[in-house]
Formats: sequence, structure tokens, C-alpha cells
Amino acid sequence: MDKVMRLTTERGVVLFSKSSCCLCYAVKILFQELGVTPTIHEIDQDPEGREMERALMRLGCKAPVPAVIIGGKLVGSTNEVMSLHLGGGLIPLLRPYQAFC
Amino acid sequence: MDFPSTQFVPSRMMGTYEPIHQIGMWGENFKSIGNPSISASVIVEVDNKLENESETASHEMPVPSCKHDQEASKPFDKIQRRLAQNREAARKSRLRKKAYVQQLESSRLKLIQLEKELEQAREQQGLYIGGGLEAGHLGFSGVVNPGIAAFEMEYKHWMQVQNRQLGELRTALNAQISDIELRIVVENGMSHYFELFRMKSTVAKADVFYVMSGTWKTSAERFFSWIGGFRPSELLKVLVAQLDPLTDQQIFEVCNLKQSCQQAEDALSQGMEKLQETVSATLAAGQLGQGTYFPQVAMAMEKLEALVCFVNQADHLRQETLQQMSHILTTRQAARGLLALGEYIQRLQDLSTLWATHPREPA
Repeated sequence: MDKVMRLTTERGVVLFSKSSCCLCYAVKILFQELGVTPTIHEIDQDPEGREMERALMRLGCKAPVPAVIIGGKLVGSTNEVMSLHLGGGLIPLLRPYQAFC
Repeated sequence: MDFPSTQFVPSRMMGTYEPIHQIGMWGENFKSIGNPSISASVIVEVDNKLENESETASHEMPVPSCKHDQEASKPFDKIQRRLAQNREAARKSRLRKKAYVQQLESSRLKLIQLEKELEQAREQQGLYIGGGLEAGHLGFSGVVNPGIAAFEMEYKHWMQVQNRQLGELRTALNAQISDIELRIVVENGMSHYFELFRMKSTVAKADVFYVMSGTWKTSAERFFSWIGGFRPSELLKVLVAQLDPLTDQQIFEVCNLKQSCQQAEDALSQGMEKLQETVSATLAAGQLGQGTYFPQVAMAMEKLEALVCFVNQADHLRQETLQQMSHILTTRQAARGLLALGEYIQRLQDLSTLWATHPREPA
């Protein structure tokens, strides 16, 4: 889907979320702790939300939210983000976008 | 019972005096004397109030006819006394009957209440009373969720295998076995924990509250519970203390792991808080006190589905922590780490047993 692809290729950290999703909230908190402000798209508040959901699932996000994209590459959902972080691979990816004030 | 036909009967009403043949006799007498004021129906009338009235002898009305010679020879007083005794016996009998009926009624009410409670319990998914390894058996029958019953059995077996593996680890560490062989023992230990996470994932779908409450674990284990299991950062704390000496590189990596673990835990904890807030807000929506609330409950249930995701995420975090540790450590260190972890859990379980059985001061 065009919109999802366009948003995906945006620079920086992109998070597809739903305003009612508490697991998405957890991921937001994690990024906050790591000094990153992702661009958040709440697909439940988007008129094309349904289509976006389907597109995300086609990309491989079963949940379909939360879905994390860093520097144009799909990282995945909560599982992938957590694994990456514990493995030490998340912070290097985020480094260009970290801003500790 | 020999009963004189000369009858002294209360004027207005007459209860059934057991045995019933007395009434018949009385009825006969009345007919024979042709007393019009007392009808046969009154004679057979069962009246509970009579025990109060029959006491008073003042209602008696002497019936003047005598049929039998025996009766004619008996003194008046004796007959009076006999009748009084009979009335008393009958009264007591009625009182006993009343008490018995009241007891039956209250038992019946209690039974209805219990049946209602049982029905409600059945409607809730998996009402279950378990006590982990202390109780060592399943809860009361008839209302156990099959998913939970299956898990309980599997977990019992899992613990047996766990204890066996700990023994193997101890032996392996003391013996001079090769690193390759030791690696196999370590891999078995790791796989065993991953098996537990799979089991928990399955039972979480059946009843997430069961997993959240840690019912299958001992009380001390539950004390340390975080989203249905041990806290990964806590686990690291216990392990690292046992693993000296670590190289500088290892210390650095363990430090990073600790930090990212803590951050992930914090994120999940806050997500859980948000979930609580959401469910609470949904449940409390609208006016409380009106008595109709099914929509709110139904909506809250939808929100609660997310709890399964959180439990799975927490287990995923535990699994990742174990995985990462096994990457950072040497085979020998990993073996020591697994043994340390296993024994720590055993100590927790022993603590629970000891706590449950130690004598307490009477209140």
C-alpha cells in the first residue's frame, strides 16, 4: 500500500501504532527511555487505517501493531524489538536518531 | 394403647393426636352421643397452633357417655391425668416435627445458595484451587479448566525432569567431561526452560489469569512474580554473583544486558499499568449503581485480551535473557549458571514449604 510504503521510507524511526494498544504504549516508553522520538502513526485514527493494517500484515507484522521501522527498514513487532535490544543491536540502529536533552 | 371412650375434648378445635386411631374412636363417640357441635372434619383437622392451646385444660368439655364397664370403674382423676399426658406428648411431638421441618427448609435454602455459587464458579473460566508443589494435587473436581488441568500435570512432570537435570549438571561439573559433552547438558537445560515458556503460552490462551496469579508455583515464588514469572533482571542478579571470575569483556556485556533488560522490563511494566487503567476506565464507564452494566463488562473483556500479549512478551523477555547469557558465558560458566538458577528456585520452594509448616503463635 502506497501510504505505508511512503511512511516506511521516511527517515528516522517510524512506529505504526493504535491509540488503544497498550503493547504499543510499552514500545513508545522504551523509545522514550532510549532517547528516541519516533514518528508515530496511529492507524486506528487514520481514515485509511484498515488498509494500512492489511499492508502491515502483508509486510510480515502479524500483530499488526506495534510495527517499528528504522531508517527505512522494517524491524518488526514487539518480539523483534525486544530481542534486538537484549542482543545489543537496537541502540546502534537508533544512534543517529537519539537525542538526549 | 388402651384408651377410654369417655372423652374430654377441647371445645373449639382438636389437633391430631397420634396415633390416629384415637381420632376414630373420638369420632365414633361423638356420633354415638349425637353431639352436633363437633363435626368429624374438625376432629381430623391438623392445626399447628394447637400446641399452644391444648395446654390449657380449661377448654375441656366432659362427654357424659360411657360405653365400657372398665372405664366406668376408673376414677375421674386418672383419666384426666392420662389425657393431659397424652396432650403433652402430642404437643412435644408437634414441636419436634416443627423443628425438623425448619431444619429441612434452612438446609434446602443453603443447598440452593451453594448450587448458585457453583454455577457462577463454573461460568468463570477455570475456577481452580492449587497450591503448587506444596499441595501437590488438583483442586476440587467438576470445575477445573481442562487447559489448566493439562498444564498442572505437565508442570509436575517438568519439575521432575528439572530436578533430574540439576543432578546431571552437578555430576557433570564435578566429573572431568569434555566441553562438548557439557555443552549438550547445557543445551538440554536451556531447552527445558524454553519448553516451560511454550507450556505457559498454551495455558495463557486457556486462562491468562491463571498464569498471572502463578497458581501452579509455591508461595515464595509467587512473592517474586512479575507478569506471570520471574523478573529477568532479578535472574541476572542471582546468576552473576555465582559466576566469578568473569573476563572484562564478559562483565561489559553482562552490564549491557542488565541495562537493556531493565529498560525492557520498565517498558512492559508501564504498558501493564496502562492496561489496568484502560480496563478500569472501561469497566467504570457510565453510571455505577444502576444495575445494568453488561456493555461495560463486554468492552472490558475485549481490552483484557491484551493481557495474553503481555504475558507472552514477559516470557519472551525471560527466554531472550537466558539466550543472551548463554552466548556471553563459556560452556562451563553456563552450566554453573543453570545449576545456580535451579538451586535458587529449589530454595524458594523449600522456603514456601517451611513457611507453610512452621508453628505460629496462636492469635
